[in-house]
Amino acid sequence: MSMSSAVSNFSNMTDLLRSVITRIYAESPYLLHVLYALQRKFLHISDEAVREVAAHLDLPTSQVDAVVEFYAFFHKIPRGRYDILFSNCTSCGYMAGGVDLMAMFGRRLGIAVGKTRGDGLVSMDQTSCIGMCDHGAALLVNGMPITSLDGPMIDSIAALVEAATPLEDWPAEWFYVEGNIRVSGLLLKDDLSEGISLRAMLALGAVGSLSEIIQSGLRGRGGAGFSTGMKWQLCRDAQGAAHYVVCNADEGEPGTFKDRVLLHSYADSLFEGMTVCAFAIGAKQGYLYLRAEYRYLLSHLQSVLTRRRELGLLGVGILGQPGFSFDIDIVVGAGAYICGEESALIESLEGKRGIPRVRPPFPVTHGYLGQPTVVNNVETFIAAAHIVLRGSAWFRAVGTGKSVGSKILSISGDCAAPGIYEYPFGVTIRQVLDDCGAKDVLAVQIGGPSGTLINRAEFDRRLDFDDLSTGGSLMIFNQARDLLAVIVNFAHFFAHESCGFCTPCRVGTTLLKNGLDKIAGGHGTQYDLDEMQRIAALVKYRSHCGLGQTAANPILDGLQRFPQAFEQRLVHSDEPHFDLDAALEEARQVSHRDDTAAHIK
Amino acid sequence: MSADTKQNTITIDGQEIPFLAGQTIMDAALAAGVYIPHLCHRQGLTPHGSCKLCVVDIASKSVTACTMPAMAGQQISNNTPALNEARKTITQMLFIEGNHICPSCEKCGDCTLQAMAYHLGMLDGHFPQFFQRREVDASHPTVMLDRDRCILCELCVRASREVDGKNVFDIAGRGTNAHLIVNSTSGKLVDSDLETSDMAAHICPVGAILIKKSGYKVPIGQRTFDLHKVSEIGLEKTILTKVRQPDE
Amino acid sequence: MSKIRIATTSLAGCFGCHMSFLDMDERLVALLEHVEFNRSPLTDIKHCGPCDIGLIEGAVCNAENVHVLREFRDNCKILIAVGACAINGGVPAMRNHFNLRECLEEAYVNGVGVENPQIPNDVELPLLLDKVHPIHDVVRVDYYLPGCPPSADEFLKILGDLLAGKAPSLPYNLLHYD
Repeated sequence: MSMSSAVSNFSNMTDLLRSVITRIYAESPYLLHVLYALQRKFLHISDEAVREVAAHLDLPTSQVDAVVEFYAFFHKIPRGRYDILFSNCTSCGYMAGGVDLMAMFGRRLGIAVGKTRGDGLVSMDQTSCIGMCDHGAALLVNGMPITSLDGPMIDSIAALVEAATPLEDWPAEWFYVEGNIRVSGLLLKDDLSEGISLRAMLALGAVGSLSEIIQSGLRGRGGAGFSTGMKWQLCRDAQGAAHYVVCNADEGEPGTFKDRVLLHSYADSLFEGMTVCAFAIGAKQGYLYLRAEYRYLLSHLQSVLTRRRELGLLGVGILGQPGFSFDIDIVVGAGAYICGEESALIESLEGKRGIPRVRPPFPVTHGYLGQPTVVNNVETFIAAAHIVLRGSAWFRAVGTGKSVGSKILSISGDCAAPGIYEYPFGVTIRQVLDDCGAKDVLAVQIGGPSGTLINRAEFDRRLDFDDLSTGGSLMIFNQARDLLAVIVNFAHFFAHESCGFCTPCRVGTTLLKNGLDKIAGGHGTQYDLDEMQRIAALVKYRSHCGLGQTAANPILDGLQRFPQAFEQRLVHSDEPHFDLDAALEEARQVSHRDDTAAHIK
Repeated sequence: MSADTKQNTITIDGQEIPFLAGQTIMDAALAAGVYIPHLCHRQGLTPHGSCKLCVVDIASKSVTACTMPAMAGQQISNNTPALNEARKTITQMLFIEGNHICPSCEKCGDCTLQAMAYHLGMLDGHFPQFFQRREVDASHPTVMLDRDRCILCELCVRASREVDGKNVFDIAGRGTNAHLIVNSTSGKLVDSDLETSDMAAHICPVGAILIKKSGYKVPIGQRTFDLHKVSEIGLEKTILTKVRQPDE
Repeated sequence: MSKIRIATTSLAGCFGCHMSFLDMDERLVALLEHVEFNRSPLTDIKHCGPCDIGLIEGAVCNAENVHVLREFRDNCKILIAVGACAINGGVPAMRNHFNLRECLEEAYVNGVGVENPQIPNDVELPLLLDKVHPIHDVVRVDYYLPGCPPSADEFLKILGDLLAGKAPSLPYNLLHYD
């Protein structure tokens, strides 16, 4: 290539980058959206692209670079034209009935995990739970989910990729995701018809609406259980140039998929709830932060928003109410579990890495752009919409003690009927297990890996904020499961998702992962087990945010309730911290030796 | 003691300490001459709360002293065997995560991480090394960046933004892949607007950011932590980093 | 009363810790009233017999280091990691910044002044591990004596404590990594 053609190619690429950036930024002025568009178009985000984005958005190059390297769905090295991501969740992961579907796919196409094939056609990797746990093994192909995978489907997908068949020509039914609603309670009986809650809200007034929420006793459905009414009141009372409503639809906890169904089938209820909140706190702008794994729901959600604007339910002067203007933007994440933490989510909304903020101050006073902000779960907003419509007494009539109303569960794992179940608070685990057809249960993970792992003796415990609190995930493991493998899976998840901000979580989650791998690999000793206990306690008590504070739960619960799962793998002699013979492999290759002295037992 | 002053005190290890509205536990402690171990904190810069050396206990709750507002009546445990053991473990984590080879580092003797390890009686790194491969950037004429020694405290990030009025450094990557990056088109220090006189060039508590041609000028026995304990240096109210010009 | 038996060795180290041990000078005479040396460069005894204390200088960088270290662990009641290299890899661990092939090619193929370039492959030569490790990555270690090198005072303090039947500890002024 001559110098002049190299220069002209360079200039063409620069022009192309600039035109894409300009167009996308005009459509949707969010750094994450601009980067997503570049990733899709160019299959990676080059250094030049980083510089162009920084220039166009007037951001430091380092900030754009930092964001690209933080989120799992952005890449500096090109991905394939078909980018395949297998979920590695214990419920919707690539291990299906003892068969490694990812390895099978890799063999069919001649590709290794984490790599892009030489011809650029296809890349393959694993990714954290994609929320398809009620459908068996699942993957994302260029962001579109395909569920219920098995060997024959892997063959078919590999053939379609090899033939470079456009996704539009793949079997349409593959991309259909069933809702699987099994038990409906307070909230799932119906999607609220357009505007019905808003009319009730206007009749009550802002103070009256807020009062209903407070009196209802509604608590946040993300798992922490903070009083929703109090949160709204604190935000309303906070001084600020603007107030914001943010819906946390970054449903990343493995085993949770209720928001997927709510976003798909109850979007009007959700947007009614967000609008009620805006009215109560005096917000003009709301955001739905959607996890990247649910990007396939984006066009549906956009169409609902468009319809609501046409009906006067969003925009200026909602339902003819002078002075009440509110609209909602959807911002899509890019693969980071930590962004489910509300302050990390706000950072992400602001176009930064998802690093949890120092608290206090809390988002209700210093949230999005430093302004008072309510961040609530999808389910919480839907509950609020119902409460304003039907009254706090209607809501309080269900539930138990300080846990009023219902809880929507995502049930997956070893049971006959995985799916969505809505129960009054206070339901026992035994009841839930009976209803979903779970047999020979060994253990149940309540609230996902960050929650609580319980054993058979605890099945009379109840789901509520005072006993077993849950954001909605309930994963069932039967007697045939290798529980240590499950705990190892969770340890890998947390080490992968740790944001890296604080020392105990950043280093500790990786030490836990490595230590558990050693034990599971048959090289662990009692010393290693004691170390796991000690590190786990440190990570739990000394980490900066909820991720680190819960990351060690599966290990601590496992050691307490299922010690034999660990102990039966231990060896009773001194073991090195690493595989000595494997550590000689590189030297054997370089020196072409394989004699006895070239090995260590 | 009058009721008024009573309202404005916290108690650290049984010692009553006054505080002003807006102060953190760390601010109040340092003002009173009470040392709480810390690495990522420096008076005058926005508190960060990431290293977790300054964890203290209030009742049985773990709190980060440099970011937690002081509130009247807080009963705080600080210098206890259990907390110092946790701090030692955290320090060991920092050692094995990076590549800290003290004998070959010109920051040796002036390094706060090393002095912290001495303070906590750390004899070894304890955990298996992570063996991370991190890039060295020697492009700048007067400042050296050796990421092997970076502990991600972000003191340089904050000093550049808040004191130097620039934006030279940032952190990229996630989890153990987190690493210091430079804000320039090439990602190299030489193309950034860092100058030798910037606080960001001098604030590094470890040997990650070094002024070139200044190493080993102070003989062993005369270096900062040969003469002082970290618990003395950590109480200094002014920014204490030695500014040694390369032409000195 | 029988003497305390001590063995010493240097793995991937520079023998600087041994030199520093000898810096005890005349105090060594008094020490020798209580201790005797088994395997050590000081005695030229080639293999370790049953000992009370093993002092290990240096990091673990090759297969032979592993064998020697295991011999010490098997024969010594108390094993002490001596110096920066034994404790965290030290200066030899600076090669961990590169992969092994790069190191060997630089030394034996591409290096300035290399004649007859080839990477040695004689079976007599111990193979290098892909990374240089501290000794506690391979065997259980009882005590650590940091420093590069630890001073003679540190050796005396830690051995004195052990001879007195106490758990060894270093005062603040003797604790240093350089």
